[in-house]
Amino acid sequence: MNTATEKLQAKFPDAVVDIYEFRGDTTVIVKSDMLVEICTFLRDDPETSFRYLSSISAVDYLPGSYLPASPRFAAVYHLYSHQFKNRIALKAFCPNDENPALPSVVQVWSTADWHEREAYDLMGIKFIGHPDLRRILTPPECEGSYPLRKDYPQEGF
Amino acid sequence: MKTAEFATSGNETMLLNLGPQHPSTHGVLRVWLELDGEVIVNADPDIGYLHRGIEKMCENRTYHQCLPLTDRLDYLAGSANNLGYVLAVEKLLGVEVPKRAQYIRVLMAELTRIASHLFWLGTHGHDLGAMTPLFFAFREREQLMDLFEMVWGARMFPCYFRIGGLAADLPEGFMEKAWEFVKAFPEQFKDYHSLLTKNRIWISRTKNVGVMTKDEAIDWGWSGPMSRGSGVDWDVRRDTPYSSYQDFDFKIPLGENGDTYDRYLVRMEEMIQSNLICRQVLEKMPGGDINVQDPTIILPPKDKVYNTIDGLINHFLLIQKGITPPKGEVYHAIEAPKGEMGFYIISDGSAHPYRVKVRGPSFINLSPTKVLAKGQMLSDLIALIGTMDIVLADVDR
Repeated sequence: MNTATEKLQAKFPDAVVDIYEFRGDTTVIVKSDMLVEICTFLRDDPETSFRYLSSISAVDYLPGSYLPASPRFAAVYHLYSHQFKNRIALKAFCPNDENPALPSVVQVWSTADWHEREAYDLMGIKFIGHPDLRRILTPPECEGSYPLRKDYPQEGF
Repeated sequence: MKTAEFATSGNETMLLNLGPQHPSTHGVLRVWLELDGEVIVNADPDIGYLHRGIEKMCENRTYHQCLPLTDRLDYLAGSANNLGYVLAVEKLLGVEVPKRAQYIRVLMAELTRIASHLFWLGTHGHDLGAMTPLFFAFREREQLMDLFEMVWGARMFPCYFRIGGLAADLPEGFMEKAWEFVKAFPEQFKDYHSLLTKNRIWISRTKNVGVMTKDEAIDWGWSGPMSRGSGVDWDVRRDTPYSSYQDFDFKIPLGENGDTYDRYLVRMEEMIQSNLICRQVLEKMPGGDINVQDPTIILPPKDKVYNTIDGLINHFLLIQKGITPPKGEVYHAIEAPKGEMGFYIISDGSAHPYRVKVRGPSFINLSPTKVLAKGQMLSDLIALIGTMDIVLADVDR
């Protein structure tokens, strides 16, 4: 475990749900309601300094397909620190399966703008507080359907 | 409506639709513009015309079948996409390919970087009214295309790197041809500098256009030559080396002003540095295997398939079922010609990836267009699109 995870656990003992490592990648599962505070802390703290957001990936853990139970939707935030040359991933699950939503981190990193629009477009996760949440890749006729969801067919629709 | 609703600024403004079929938008990029005379009041890029759902398609394919899809992300630099993908899957599997394969991968990735930058130079110059750089850049790019054709039999879509190694060893006569190119390139390169670097029109079209400070560049997620043009001292190849990049010496060129001209200089220097890396690879090229010795990842040689039962079983399983990595998730990023190319792969232990997320550099580099274009002249937007070096296949995926 590195400095960032230790600091996160000390600062947000209730919001850090789980920490695990696989092939050298550290993933921290955080509670969604504290997401903005955690991201701001990781960006501004001089000992973590994660000033760069690599990507936001929306994931659909459809019950039965990978993880046994709800929650179904998650967003994974990959951060990078130019100063310490290390990466960390934050994973936040959406509390509501029917109407998935997460707080927006556009105010923390401007680059989150298009990442969140993409996640909203393809997976249907609403980002509360996003200044301009529109579909970005699919045409307007796709309103109401989210192609990256696991129950969306690959052909024959 | 999908487009942003522009707030009327009080003055009479004109709505202009740029693209998606326009020669200077580098593909099917459409930009909604609100103009006050020739000054841009609002700009809203509309993308997705080339969205093929590659991430979704990957979920229904085996790990090997996803590889040709990655060729089609940034099609000007197919090898770089392949490298990012195979390295991510190899990280998931926990294997490392032999040194010779790593060196060949570096060689191909750097030659691809030169080819991609040459294409950028030609089209960027052409966009801004300079015709000759296109001919000069394509002269060298054609030599590279011939080299690529020797190795993987096609000009563009390589699919030459495989999970666990390479499709085949380098063909006979390739090393000599590659040496020829590497030795001749710095001399030919002088022509480009003589055309543009001190050209008054070029300077006035690119200086102080699309200025991004160091902090803004990081905030907007810029990577690669885009962020280095703003002085962000970061290169994935140097800072978190992969595929033996730590064995080679190269410099990271940095810009100062973060404008289009500085990004031009950074990319020009990067070509020379890539050429230096290629030279070192050719000098140090080790012998030995090109594939990992693991029958669950790499197809066994044909004589084993035909003459031994275990070879036949391995072959059959790998073709019918595919590679089955353990449960887990990895993110791996490489330095593609256009910036950080990352693959986030979740494996549920089956032969198909559960989720593949492609972090394409062009998509992110394009995202600050609305803030950069605001208040600029319409013609500067063309310079801006050129300097971002976007490939719409990488933007839309």
